[in-house]
Amino acid sequence: MSHNVSFFATCLADTVFPDIGIQSVRLLEQLGCTVSFNPKQTCCGQPLANSGFHKKARATMKNLTTALLEDNSKYVVAPSGSCVLQVKEYPKFFKGDPVWKKKAEELAAKIWEITDFIVTVLGVTDVGARLPGKAVYHPSCHLSRLLGIKEQPLALLGNIKDLELVPIKGQDKCCGFGGAFAVKLGPLSGAMVIEKVDNIKAAGVDYLIGADGGCLMNMKGRIDKEKLNIKVLHVVEALMAGKEEGTK
Amino acid sequence: MSIKTSDLSLNDRLKKELADTTMRKAIANGQDALNTKRNAAFAELGNYEEWRENAAAVRHHVLENLDFYLNQFAENASANGAHVIFTRTDKEATDAALEIVKAKGVKKAVKSKSMVTEEVGLNEALEEAGIEVIETDLGEYILQTDDNDKPSHIVVPALHRDREYIREVFARKKGYTGDSVPENITRFVRGLIRKEFLEADVGITGCNFAVADTGTVTLVTNEGNGRFVTTAPKTQIVFMGMERIVPSFTELDMIFSMLVRSAVGGKLTSYLSFITGPRGEEDRDGPEDLYIIIVDNGRSKVLESGFREVLRCIRCGTCMLECPAYRHISGHGYGTLYPGPLGLALVPVLGGYENYSDVTKICSLCSACNDVCPVKIPLYELIYEHRRIIAEDEELVHAPEPFVMGAYGKVIASSGIYDFGSNMARFAKFLPKVGPLKEWTRERDLPEITGKRFRHWFKDHKKKGGKS
Repeated sequence: MSHNVSFFATCLADTVFPDIGIQSVRLLEQLGCTVSFNPKQTCCGQPLANSGFHKKARATMKNLTTALLEDNSKYVVAPSGSCVLQVKEYPKFFKGDPVWKKKAEELAAKIWEITDFIVTVLGVTDVGARLPGKAVYHPSCHLSRLLGIKEQPLALLGNIKDLELVPIKGQDKCCGFGGAFAVKLGPLSGAMVIEKVDNIKAAGVDYLIGADGGCLMNMKGRIDKEKLNIKVLHVVEALMAGKEEGTK
Repeated sequence: MSIKTSDLSLNDRLKKELADTTMRKAIANGQDALNTKRNAAFAELGNYEEWRENAAAVRHHVLENLDFYLNQFAENASANGAHVIFTRTDKEATDAALEIVKAKGVKKAVKSKSMVTEEVGLNEALEEAGIEVIETDLGEYILQTDDNDKPSHIVVPALHRDREYIREVFARKKGYTGDSVPENITRFVRGLIRKEFLEADVGITGCNFAVADTGTVTLVTNEGNGRFVTTAPKTQIVFMGMERIVPSFTELDMIFSMLVRSAVGGKLTSYLSFITGPRGEEDRDGPEDLYIIIVDNGRSKVLESGFREVLRCIRCGTCMLECPAYRHISGHGYGTLYPGPLGLALVPVLGGYENYSDVTKICSLCSACNDVCPVKIPLYELIYEHRRIIAEDEELVHAPEPFVMGAYGKVIASSGIYDFGSNMARFAKFLPKVGPLKEWTRERDLPEITGKRFRHWFKDHKKKGGKS
């Protein structure tokens, strides 16, 4: 069964972490999807919206809505809970605009976070990956609390051969990223990520795995600053590990 | 005191609190211990979501019919022999208390813990009038003894202090010579406060909830001192936030079940006091005169705003215990009497955006508070909405943020400019580390941007028929 998927890379994966986008596409294709990518897409507008600048965010929301609907795919899939949440919230930003509200609702109804899509739509929990070592999984706040996607990434990670998931203290606590929060209140955000990385460190793991580029960039920034030997992976990178075909 | 507790700027407050490692350890330990107890208490109760739904429904119903229940309460409390006084502002509230204490010739007042009295600045008003005020809640007594330090949490006001610090305060201020074992310090304080109870002419309390159909005011405490305040002095003055009301004891039972579990992780507190009128002829204790001062002080404004849901709050403080930002800065970092997620949602509308817009920044939008609020206040959504109101009002938001956000908005709204901009991102490492980059790089490294773009790969990937 082939699914047509329009891929929303997210601006972070497009520019800073291209491997997240690349491995997402490879993974979806391995699972039988036909993936398209509309280059008109940019950012979901979250940094503006979370800072309160809703009016200024609407132009980019319209741009993304147009780009993601243009392919006419049955599904839109993105490797970020936070960006998917933002897109799912679009209809609220167009309350007084019936034309755009309708488009936003159409998009909100068909956008999926990638682990949720693989488990819920494709019905797959074992993608045949192998990654020897110990890992901490970070359940990002928007993904786990606001979208309620808690079990899906764990189901997929749980089936990776030779990978042991290790619990940490304060596992479900915010890593301190929060988008613009991390630069507006840098010292506070810094205190939060230091505590998070201290807890990861204490677990003695080889990998930190998460499903949101923003949170991973934040924690990786701290891990690199401390020069720790912990590799930071997006869940799609972990799910593509140890495969003969399609690895980089 | 008012709801403002610090004159420092937001950045200076954060700097000061983040440097206080003793406080941060005390708060983190307090959060972890109390949250573990709370989760266990609710696990034992079962049906958490259903309890939250019901408690939220009760509070919602009361707010929708607040005029009715306030009127019913006032009638019943008056019929019980209490004097009920409605006040619109903090000044009216403290003036009402001053009038009573002056008429009675009060020299000394004992108090139980009450946030609303702090909100209206009662202690300062009484002290200005020459009346000695003694806080009898142990936490508040510690703060009062420590040069009127401010509460860092609404239920556990001295959460930011550890036992060593507290021992030192009592040694320095009160001549305590013992060790830092909490029981020993408490015994020492008990000796000091007993004397005050016997000398005080008036007892001042807050009110956790008023019961409309019986005219009862209630106090939820874990120390006997709260009850002592209501029984020893001849006069009792109750301060009550005007939204703190339930229809009957049936709803009170449920709200208490949620309050105590959320606040301290217990099934019940050691003391639940129900005060229905002054001392009757048959009663052996209780005040001869009972005054109930009902405080608006901005609550009507909140009720009429888009933020009414925040008035559901039962002041359990569990949102603060759950908050990862509060964890590192305590209530003091907020500079407001009501800190944490509750403070962010309540204070800007209670005290005005012109004074309290900055506080809404102290949130990473993690939404953990939403999941533990026992009356399901949509704190995340309310904070989000405050930010919109602030950002879209030019008076409230300061340069260069609107300019930066506007420019950024233009870049990401156009795929052409975005494409150019993101190709240039690889040169970010050469930029001077000022502004946001400085904020980021103090505790973190920047990600390495190689210039490799997903979109370029994808184009190539498709060209090769998906074989790359």
